[in-house]
Amino acid sequence: MKNTIKQVFHSGKFLVGFIIFVLILAICFIYPVFVTYDPLEMIGAGNFYKPGTYVSQEEAALNEGYTLNMDASESRLATALGVEELEKMQEYLIKYAGIAEKDIDVTDTEAIVELWQQNYNPDMKAKGLTSAKRKAYRRLDASIENAMKSSGVIIAEEDAESGELKEAKTIKGTGYVNTKDIVNKRTFILGTDNFGRDVLTELVAATKVSLRIGLIAGLIATAVGLILGLVAGYVGGVVDNIIMFLTNLFTVIPSFIILILISYSVGTNARGVMMVAFIIGLTSWPWTTRSVRSQVISLRNRDHVNLSKLSGHSMFRIIFTDILPYIASYVVMAMILQISSGILSEAQLSMIGLGPATTKVATLGLMMNWAMQYAAHLNGSWWAYFPVVIVIALISFSLNLMNTGLDQVFNPQLRD
Amino acid sequence: MADQQKSKQNLTDRKPCLSGRGVTKVFGVGNKAMTAVDHVDFDFNEGDFVSIVGESGSGKTTLSKMLLGLISVTEGEIEFQGKPRDISSGAKRKEYWKNIQPIFQDPFASYNMFYKIDAVLDDCLNMRGFKSAPEEEKVRLKTEACSFVNLKYAELTNKYPFELSGGQMQRLMIARIFLLKPKILMADEPTSMIDACSRATILDMLLKLRDEVNMTVIFITHDIGLAYYISDKVYIMEHGKFVESGPAETVIINPQADYTKRLINDVPKIYEKWDLDTVARN
Amino acid sequence: MGKVMLEVNHLKTKYVTRFHEDVYAVDDVSLKIEEGKSLGIAGESGCGKSTLALSLIGYYFAPLHYMSGDIIVDGVKISAMKPDEVRKKILGNEVAYIPQAAMNALNPTMKIIRFIEDVMKAHNIKMTKKEVYDMARERFADLGLPEDVLNKHAVELSGGMKQRTVIAISTILSPKVLIADEPSSALDVTSQKMVIRMMRELMEKGYIKSMIFITHELPLLYNVTDDIMVMYAGQIVERGTAKEMVFDPIHPYSKGLMGSIIVPESGVRDHKLTAIPGTPPNLKNPPKGCRFADRCKYATPTCSALAPDMKEFDNGRTYRCLMSVRKIREVYENGGSAEVETEFD
Repeated sequence: MKNTIKQVFHSGKFLVGFIIFVLILAICFIYPVFVTYDPLEMIGAGNFYKPGTYVSQEEAALNEGYTLNMDASESRLATALGVEELEKMQEYLIKYAGIAEKDIDVTDTEAIVELWQQNYNPDMKAKGLTSAKRKAYRRLDASIENAMKSSGVIIAEEDAESGELKEAKTIKGTGYVNTKDIVNKRTFILGTDNFGRDVLTELVAATKVSLRIGLIAGLIATAVGLILGLVAGYVGGVVDNIIMFLTNLFTVIPSFIILILISYSVGTNARGVMMVAFIIGLTSWPWTTRSVRSQVISLRNRDHVNLSKLSGHSMFRIIFTDILPYIASYVVMAMILQISSGILSEAQLSMIGLGPATTKVATLGLMMNWAMQYAAHLNGSWWAYFPVVIVIALISFSLNLMNTGLDQVFNPQLRD
Repeated sequence: MADQQKSKQNLTDRKPCLSGRGVTKVFGVGNKAMTAVDHVDFDFNEGDFVSIVGESGSGKTTLSKMLLGLISVTEGEIEFQGKPRDISSGAKRKEYWKNIQPIFQDPFASYNMFYKIDAVLDDCLNMRGFKSAPEEEKVRLKTEACSFVNLKYAELTNKYPFELSGGQMQRLMIARIFLLKPKILMADEPTSMIDACSRATILDMLLKLRDEVNMTVIFITHDIGLAYYISDKVYIMEHGKFVESGPAETVIINPQADYTKRLINDVPKIYEKWDLDTVARN
Repeated sequence: MGKVMLEVNHLKTKYVTRFHEDVYAVDDVSLKIEEGKSLGIAGESGCGKSTLALSLIGYYFAPLHYMSGDIIVDGVKISAMKPDEVRKKILGNEVAYIPQAAMNALNPTMKIIRFIEDVMKAHNIKMTKKEVYDMARERFADLGLPEDVLNKHAVELSGGMKQRTVIAISTILSPKVLIADEPSSALDVTSQKMVIRMMRELMEKGYIKSMIFITHELPLLYNVTDDIMVMYAGQIVERGTAKEMVFDPIHPYSKGLMGSIIVPESGVRDHKLTAIPGTPPNLKNPPKGCRFADRCKYATPTCSALAPDMKEFDNGRTYRCLMSVRKIREVYENGGSAEVETEFD
């Protein structure tokens, strides 16, 4: 036994899979110790806030601040003027200000802004310059003006008694705050989702729940499959025929369809995490049954089983001492695959809205479902679904890698 | 050899132990039916060393499984000690198995590799009713059985089967038989996976079991030379039927059936000329 | 003396188990076969005879590794060539190899003639399909195989026929050496005899120039090959003609092996079979002295300390033992233990 475990950990594939899996598991347990926020707290008031650090605006404005000799206008210009705006400016300058195309360098923001300020005439009337267009140019000009402004912002306070606005502070273009001085801030490494929840914290909690679903589903599927397979294989005859009939029935109807039907019919209220795990487990046992049965059939004619029979041992004893140990490694491998497919099944079910119908917990599948329903993939909010996909892939990859590693150890091509 | 001579003279006046009339085994049904053993008759007497010789597919292993009661008999009657054999219930089977025990071909497959070899010997003691015997008594019996097959119990105890060589494993199987002392030993090719050098030891032990315990040994083999060397009586089996049977000396030296003749002719010889030209070219 | 077809000098190879342990399965093997001769290699399971077969054909792919020594096939030193080169240039046309389960290696979806076409293609022999077919038909007829075998699939053939077909295909290019590893062990006795008969015809008709036959069945070897070599724990312990080896073995191990022969012939029942107690040494860590010492009835403390070399006696017989031949014969006669300390030579 000790030797076998040693051998298993000598397998590079198993080791890599195992390390990935343990890391995922460790993160699931260690992360909540350090980040104690409620993973489902709806902290953002809007959909899909970008990843980054959010600092309190008020605090930043009222902060003493530092003066750094860096003019912020240039970078402000760069952020205010995208490619679209630059093209618009170029179009105006060529069409209405009569400047030759070769004199305009779109890549030099400063030069083009200078040209714009020299040539822009808000009241210009020309052919083809519709009022809508004119308004658009005015807006553009205003934003340029705004960006160029370096005089600072004046913060005013309302006097409680007189109701007059009093200048409280002037923020200059060279005024900066140190983020360390700001107490009210929060970093969303993976942004927020459609409900304004911190995606990373939610993801960790969801991974934990999904792993639990996979584990329960895998255990159930393996237990049912193992028991039926052992009985069918060892007893044979009519019992075998009945069990195989059942197994075939479940095999010919795609299990995913059964999964959908059961999930649908138990109703939204009953569909909790455990229920979904049970449903997945109870629909995915057939292939374990089949493979265990065929292993048992080849084992039951082995001499040591015959010898055990001739020594007068009961059927249960023979199954437990003479057959089960021989297929144990195989069953472990089958269970690893069942866990992996359980996690995938949950994701699939939840994606089509038949997963755990609860807002109390998140699962990887539910996160995908929410991201999809709020069109995260269309509005470019990659952080709401892409990390989830990565985690699902990593779990599946690590489990399958472990399985392959075990397979190489237990069924080596080269025996000595 | 003197023992063998003596036993040969007594061949006819021994008590019948296991006999069969029209024993048949058919696998499958309908047009997929395959007759593995086809109406065979036999009489094995107490203390006989009988060989059943056949090539692969002749049905000899199926016959042995039927005699052991591991698979059902399709047709025919098997008599044990003069009375029809009854193994219809679990308890009766258990009782029958006290009288017949096997040694299988592959010693590596005969052991449960997850248990120490003590488990095999303890099973035997339990079967013999020594379950509640004092520990010293059990160790004494096990030590005795091991020394019967030239093994030291003290060196074997607490070992796993895979720590032994094939020859040692097979000898331990004989020790098991020695502990159980059944009336009949069914030895199914017990030496075919053992190196030639260890074979003699195994065969000697089987003969010793027969001589000391008066066991009936049914020796199943594909090696007609081996059958000739060791047995009193030989049954030659082809396609599920016995084509010839009788005392070993008669059958091998003066075969009557064509199949026996061919079998003997095709085995390589060392004293006589082995004429390759007697075999067909295509 | 005929032309030497295969010469092996002090060959040493090892294979690596999946636990990365080295097993020295072929240790200091030297042999020589002349044209028209056959050599049998006998030994128990695990003595290294199958590894020797792979080593002889230069098939050094993991887990088998070449260590030292020469293999010379008809003047060409193949031990100096890369394994891939050996596979392309030597295997098939210079040396043919038939492994234990050769007959199961035939792809069941291909007709037999296709295998022969493939052999031709692999060795860059430009022949039309018609020419290949005619050649194959002639060869098959010469070996007593029916022509229609060529148009059959492997599954349609019986075990014995399959094995003979494999041998005919492997030797279609008339190799100089045929190395057959237990070619007939899985067959019934009649098919075995047919295979042996065909191999004799291959030799007689010159389709193969020499043969190495590896098996654990001594009566078979006695009837098939001119010479017999006995292998024990990766080493050759004795070599002589078949008759000498079976009826007058010198090495205590050969003696034991020959004493365990059983054949269905009158008188055999009166023989006492010999048994050698104990098990062969572990080749991961071979003993320093004589490898047979701890199982040898006649061993002395010196035997466990000193490794014997191959010694020659009579005309060309060789053996590996510290005792002199005279002493061994004497010991066998008396059946007692030997006082060999003073008998080294």
